[in-house]
Amino acid sequence: MSTTEFTHEFNTPGYKGKVSFPTGIFIDGKFSAGGDGTTIDVINPTNGKVITKIAEGTTADIDRAVKAAKRAYHESWGLSVPGAERGKLLSRLADLMDEHFDELAALEALDNGKTYSWAKAADLPLSVGTIRYYAGWADKIHGQVIETSEDKLAYTRHEPFGVVGQIIPWNFPLMMMSWKLGPALATGNAIVLKPSEFTPLTALRMCSLINEAGFPPGTVNVVVGYGHTVGAAISEHMLIDKVAFTGSTLVGRKVMEAAAKTNLKNVTLELGGKSPNIVFDDAELEGAVNWSIHGIFWNHGQACCAGSRIFVQSGIYDKFLKAFTEKAQSLKLGDPFHTDSYQGPQVSQIQYDRIMDFIDSGKREGAKVHIGGERHGDEGYWIQPTIFTDTKPDMRIVREEIFGPVGVVIKFEDEADVLRQANDTLYGLAAAVFTKDITRGIQFAHKLEAGTAWINCVNQLHPNVPFGGYKQSGVGRELGEYALNNYTNVKAVHVNLGHTI
Amino acid sequence: MANVVQIAVPKSNSSIAVPTGLFIDNEFVPSVDSKETIKVFNPATESVLCEITAASEKDIDVAVASSRKAFRTTWGKNVTGVERSRLINKLADLIERDAQTLAELESLNNGKPVKVARDFDIGDSVGCLRYYAGWADKITGESIEIDRKTKVAITHPEPIGVCGQIIPWNYPIQMWAWKVAPALAVGCTIVMKPSEITPLTALKLSELVKEAGFPPGVLNTVPSLGSVGGAALSLHKDVDKVAFTGSTITGRKIMEAAAKSNLKKVSLELGGKSPHIVFESADIDQAANWAALGILYNTGQDCTAGSRLYVQDTIYDKFLAVLAGKAKELIIGDGFDEKSGGGPVVSKGQYDRVWNYIEAGKKAGARVVCGGEKRSTPGYYVDATIFADITADMKIVQEEIFGPVLSVGKFHTEDEAIALANDTTYGLAAGLHSTDAAQCHRVSEALEAGTIWINQYNLLYNNVPFGGKKQSGIGRELGRNALDEYISVKAVHWNYGEKLDWPL
Repeated sequence: MSTTEFTHEFNTPGYKGKVSFPTGIFIDGKFSAGGDGTTIDVINPTNGKVITKIAEGTTADIDRAVKAAKRAYHESWGLSVPGAERGKLLSRLADLMDEHFDELAALEALDNGKTYSWAKAADLPLSVGTIRYYAGWADKIHGQVIETSEDKLAYTRHEPFGVVGQIIPWNFPLMMMSWKLGPALATGNAIVLKPSEFTPLTALRMCSLINEAGFPPGTVNVVVGYGHTVGAAISEHMLIDKVAFTGSTLVGRKVMEAAAKTNLKNVTLELGGKSPNIVFDDAELEGAVNWSIHGIFWNHGQACCAGSRIFVQSGIYDKFLKAFTEKAQSLKLGDPFHTDSYQGPQVSQIQYDRIMDFIDSGKREGAKVHIGGERHGDEGYWIQPTIFTDTKPDMRIVREEIFGPVGVVIKFEDEADVLRQANDTLYGLAAAVFTKDITRGIQFAHKLEAGTAWINCVNQLHPNVPFGGYKQSGVGRELGEYALNNYTNVKAVHVNLGHTI
Repeated sequence: MANVVQIAVPKSNSSIAVPTGLFIDNEFVPSVDSKETIKVFNPATESVLCEITAASEKDIDVAVASSRKAFRTTWGKNVTGVERSRLINKLADLIERDAQTLAELESLNNGKPVKVARDFDIGDSVGCLRYYAGWADKITGESIEIDRKTKVAITHPEPIGVCGQIIPWNYPIQMWAWKVAPALAVGCTIVMKPSEITPLTALKLSELVKEAGFPPGVLNTVPSLGSVGGAALSLHKDVDKVAFTGSTITGRKIMEAAAKSNLKKVSLELGGKSPHIVFESADIDQAANWAALGILYNTGQDCTAGSRLYVQDTIYDKFLAVLAGKAKELIIGDGFDEKSGGGPVVSKGQYDRVWNYIEAGKKAGARVVCGGEKRSTPGYYVDATIFADITADMKIVQEEIFGPVLSVGKFHTEDEAIALANDTTYGLAAGLHSTDAAQCHRVSEALEAGTIWINQYNLLYNNVPFGGKKQSGIGRELGRNALDEYISVKAVHWNYGEKLDWPL
């Protein structure tokens, strides 16, 4: 068993300091090399260079992790540990995340490319807040007592599944980890979690904090590896009772298939989106512009709920487009650690290539590049904020999820038409409506086929408000009390007190 | 008079600094119009610990005005659930930090052993605060479909407002936590009147409320006589809700005052004469342990005390002998003595009351199985006293004694046990011991009490609701249910599509 230390000296305008923490395959509270002894390069997206190498997890490592999780679940977690105790550990973890707030934000910016400012303003508070929120739920997992007849006592228990597999993406690495750990641990499950191979650093840092918080070894196991090996191993594992996946719809299908083919494990999915952002004539213009910018350019467009189809009513179209364009052009692209940078590089070469391919397809299919459409800079994966206009509904850039700083702006005339266009997608993650007429806003919100409807805002998330997709954007809800349902299995207990047969 | 007194800690060189003023707007202040003080006693030595300011009716007005202002500006709907959660958790951390000091002060004023105060009263109180801190950002309303086209109805669970909270002397810190935690979690502000017999820990806890960072006026502390402060709060036109724990007699007065003044919301946690039933299938040794706990814990000064014990005739003699042995094993002594499992009763007044009942029991012809004799040494001590051969009409069987005095009766059938158990105007708790599952279910269904213990007694948990049926109370504390006592539901009917035709 060897452990490696990742050490990095930050000397940036935003963050200065040395970080040092163990990395490896984290199973049973200990770090080790991967089953095959191979490693994965962690790449700095600002320059394409290797930051460090970390151990690559294998199928055998997943077997080891599941064994450890099962043992922990039966001996030192699960139903042996009262909720108040689970809550206390989660609170302690949140406290530790607070103590290492800046460090975690810096690691996230280094690994993912998002700006340090955004990591501190959004990722970290929501991550810590989510863990703290679920700490409060841990001793409040109630079943019901249900009246049937005089000679029976019937009640339900909301029991944990046991060992749950969790597969998270690279766009909000720490935040996605928190959304998964919070409800799963609060309800008493043991976890085998696969971070994205593109962004493993904050997940690995969390492993040490999980130990320090006092979670019994084996409660949380973290195995970094590739989707087609480690991810598949989780989805197919006969001893994992539930899998939760966040990522693309394409891979989500594979997860669900694998679950169906093996042990019919419970599946929740949080997938992609092509969320409509609808701006009516009577919208408050400045607000609509600012929110729409946030809707598509926040996190470099790498958000599942990005408002990537911006529908603007004809009466306000010209004014909106002008202001929206000016705002987009004012966004500062730069080093993630410079305090005035708004947008860093895309997360990887692969993503960069995908997005540029979409942009090319837009050009080829006859859409107009209003601004952007090109690479920014000479090294790293920056892409200019890009706006397409004059699109047709069947274009790839209008139908498919781009996951980059690329928005399409579409003019519309009447309500019925925009509603039809907004819902004309196999996705259904989110939607936003901008109007001063709150009656229209609410009516629209109710008719949009999406799991989150924002009225006069966009991309707003809270630990206690549920989030998830309609249609092919997902199955189940994260956040809020609702997420607890993803991690509990209901047992109905019938106690016969006198019925003879 | 001095604002802070130093109270010496026995068997040590240290002392505890206790503020003696009224705690209003995060400061300790004198009364606005009165020089009255309250003498605070040590029940183990019968000596005076110190004197504190007694709040007058005018002081109550000042406190209420301060809490109203806080509710309108810095608390109530002006603070998020996340922030309320953070502050309540911080308060819990501070109480945990100061647990030893608070336990010593509690023991000096109330008499209970230091280790019991620290590990049970304070341990559970910290857990209670943390439990409700967890609820603070989870108080959700509902959205209710009307016609799915033109309207939606949503409910907002709003904080009731300014709450008067009146707590007793038997578990000063723990009763404080049970009241404060859910009220703050929901967003109410509080005017807290601790018992005039045991006000010291409430004053010390007020320091921690300020240290935790609660805005001024969110919690005000106004020790006073029940007839002054308690009455003033119950009658106050600007108090939205009063929560009281204490005797049934006082509970009536509070409810009357609420009705006569502004119909403020009332929750009451009152007395009990809880029955404890031992069936023949019970594990006798275990049942005797739980029965001893039931009447001797906190020296019997517990609203849920299992003060009427009914034993099935087939095991009666055997059980009584075992129980008497258990009772004699408990050492009742000074709270700072490591050997003590229980302390004196809290005051001269209580001492006299309990002994009056013991004399009444003897006069009525009940048989003294153990105890029943006064000590000759100082301190308000009452030793475990068990009466047998009781009849239903005896005072000791009907009235709440609130001391370590147990009445033991006999029954033949299950139905007889249930009838005896339910033959009381109280309905706070009940216990039963049996290894027959169907019997456990039948009897627990039939007993008229808010808490039923099966094969145990006395143990409560912060996440399970607690309260009385019949004249033992109104409303529930602990668990999710306690939140409802501090919430006022507002239903909002939002029309976004219906046009009204006129005339009808």
